[in-house]
Amino acid sequence: MDLFEYQARDIFEKHGVPVLGGVVATTPEEARAAAEELGGGTVVVKAQVKVGGRGKAGGVKLAHTPDEAAEQAAQILGMDIKGHTVHRVMIAAGAKIAEEFYFSVLLDRSNRSYLAMASVEGGMEIEQLAVERPEALAKVAVDPLVGIDEAKAIEIAEAAGFADAIKDQVVDAFQKLWTVYKEEDATLVEVNPLVLTEDGKIVALDGKVTLDENAGFRHPDHAELEDKAAADPLEAKAKENDLNYVKLDGSVGIIGNGAGLVMSTLDVVAYAGERHGGVKPANFLDIGGGASAEVMAAGLDVILGDAQVKSVFVNVFGGITACDAVANGIVGALKVLGDAATKPLVVRLDGNNVEEGRRILAEAAHPLVTLAETMDGGADKAAELANASA
Amino acid sequence: MAIFITEDSKVIVQGMTGSEGQKHTTRMLASGTNIVGGVNPRKAGTSVTFPQGEASVDVPVFGSVAEAMSATGADVSVIFVPPAHTKAAVVEAIEAQIPLVVIITEGVPVKDTAEFFTLAQEKGVRLIGPNCPGLISPGLSNVGIIPANITGAGKIGLVSKSGTLTYQMMYELRDFGFSTAIGIGGDPIIGTTHIDALAAFEADPDTAAIVMIGEIGGDAEERAAAYIKENVTKPVVGYVAGFTAPEGKTMGHAGAIVSGSSGTAQAKKEALEAAGVKVGKTPSEAAELMREILSA
Repeated sequence: MDLFEYQARDIFEKHGVPVLGGVVATTPEEARAAAEELGGGTVVVKAQVKVGGRGKAGGVKLAHTPDEAAEQAAQILGMDIKGHTVHRVMIAAGAKIAEEFYFSVLLDRSNRSYLAMASVEGGMEIEQLAVERPEALAKVAVDPLVGIDEAKAIEIAEAAGFADAIKDQVVDAFQKLWTVYKEEDATLVEVNPLVLTEDGKIVALDGKVTLDENAGFRHPDHAELEDKAAADPLEAKAKENDLNYVKLDGSVGIIGNGAGLVMSTLDVVAYAGERHGGVKPANFLDIGGGASAEVMAAGLDVILGDAQVKSVFVNVFGGITACDAVANGIVGALKVLGDAATKPLVVRLDGNNVEEGRRILAEAAHPLVTLAETMDGGADKAAELANASA
Repeated sequence: MAIFITEDSKVIVQGMTGSEGQKHTTRMLASGTNIVGGVNPRKAGTSVTFPQGEASVDVPVFGSVAEAMSATGADVSVIFVPPAHTKAAVVEAIEAQIPLVVIITEGVPVKDTAEFFTLAQEKGVRLIGPNCPGLISPGLSNVGIIPANITGAGKIGLVSKSGTLTYQMMYELRDFGFSTAIGIGGDPIIGTTHIDALAAFEADPDTAAIVMIGEIGGDAEERAAAYIKENVTKPVVGYVAGFTAPEGKTMGHAGAIVSGSSGTAQAKKEALEAAGVKVGKTPSEAAELMREILSA
């Protein structure tokens, strides 16, 4: 889960990382009050969107008075930045910046470890710096069992070439940012820019934090950080039912078991679509191992709630799951849904107890259900049906 | 032969007394796995009775992995404990220096995995998973949750990030059979990679050809492609899932995410093809490519 800047700021503050005052606002009035709360002087009004390049898009403005902050907030709220609507701004205390730096610590999948990156050339997009001036970006491996202790922080600061005068402050900030990474179960903590103010202080001016959702069980407070309003309504509904669902923009609804098989099913349907008017998969939905009637009904309910869906392909390989249970799930789900089920269903079952599963579906003889012998055949049939009713 | 597990493997189950552990221990025993014990400090000294055909078998419960190892000579541990307790279970197994630890649990925080993987490297312990179906050497041993009845022993080695695609591919090639099929897991950090499995299959005299299944996210497939080019002489057929996956969305597996332009299925397919691997567009096409190789 990616956090907004203001959420990252709050988490930084909680762990002692030096930050400036910042208050989130959703209306111009709140923005004025926030600017007053910060002392009534110069503030920066910053659009809160989870995408880079907001400064260039006009989403970051200086305001010298609380009234001006309200005016700037009125301009920025509702703005569209690269497809993200701005619903919140952060009113941040102003600072006189002398120098800009970069720091991050992240999961290094390739080396199955962690990596810290730092540069004394901050402020620009880090991907750009990494390509144009790789020698200016220090990369230092971090042992997951040791983390960024003082020695490691000094190593990073020296590798990046931080000046001696500010080294102590930087080393302290790196260790505290590591605390954020470790204590909050983050997979990314990035500060861009980390700044040196004109009065000689190191401050994290903008932060990006990604949290590991698998660690939610030991961070009950993380649930509040989720941006529920931004979630697709169908995705939100699926999440309530503990279903693994991603909305796409095609017309063939997909239900399967196991993430790999479902991803593969989307691909196979897209290939079949090339023969049937270019229809595409409408979603990713993994119902997991159980596939009871309730889970199947909840899954079908989500998919049939997508107005774009014209047909549904249920692709299940019964490993531990028995196909007869899946078949009973489908029949039961269609009963539960009753008249709400209106789209044709193509079902492919293989694996554990497949004969019994196919028999159950054949006997039920539901007018909406077509049985497919193979995954490729089922994908083709579902694409054909979606194209026919397009 | 086969890789990582054989008929000589002596397996203990951490979490055997829980509901998932009991269910899958029953299935592993039914497929011939030599299960020599379970681990649960609160139930040490007891035993659990499992059905075995018409009869039944009592599996002893030990207080620790070390105790189970010294009493039984166990050399494999398979872990069925919930995510909040997985790290403690894996660390215990690593500290006891059991040679192979298979972690089935889905939803382990990646920080925990990073830590226990680093520890395993220091202690020379092989981890498989987390978030994986385990592995099967058909007819010899079955450690994890892969159904034993899909197909039998044969000459194909299979390595896959995904459980159900493992099953699908075993089913597609059921008339040929497998030396070992291994699901390495879909998390961002996993203990055994495609490369580790490829190296083991290359060295295994009973494996004639290899199927490698990948999916979006990370660069494991690209690295495997480079490894194949330099080190693998046996024919390799590839399949990659997730061509239609949108950028920035996690597709079920915690590690299955396209970030910016990296981790795409297309890039992985191209890297594999550049290394001389035949890549199928669909699982059935990949199976057909393997069929041609083995029938030649």
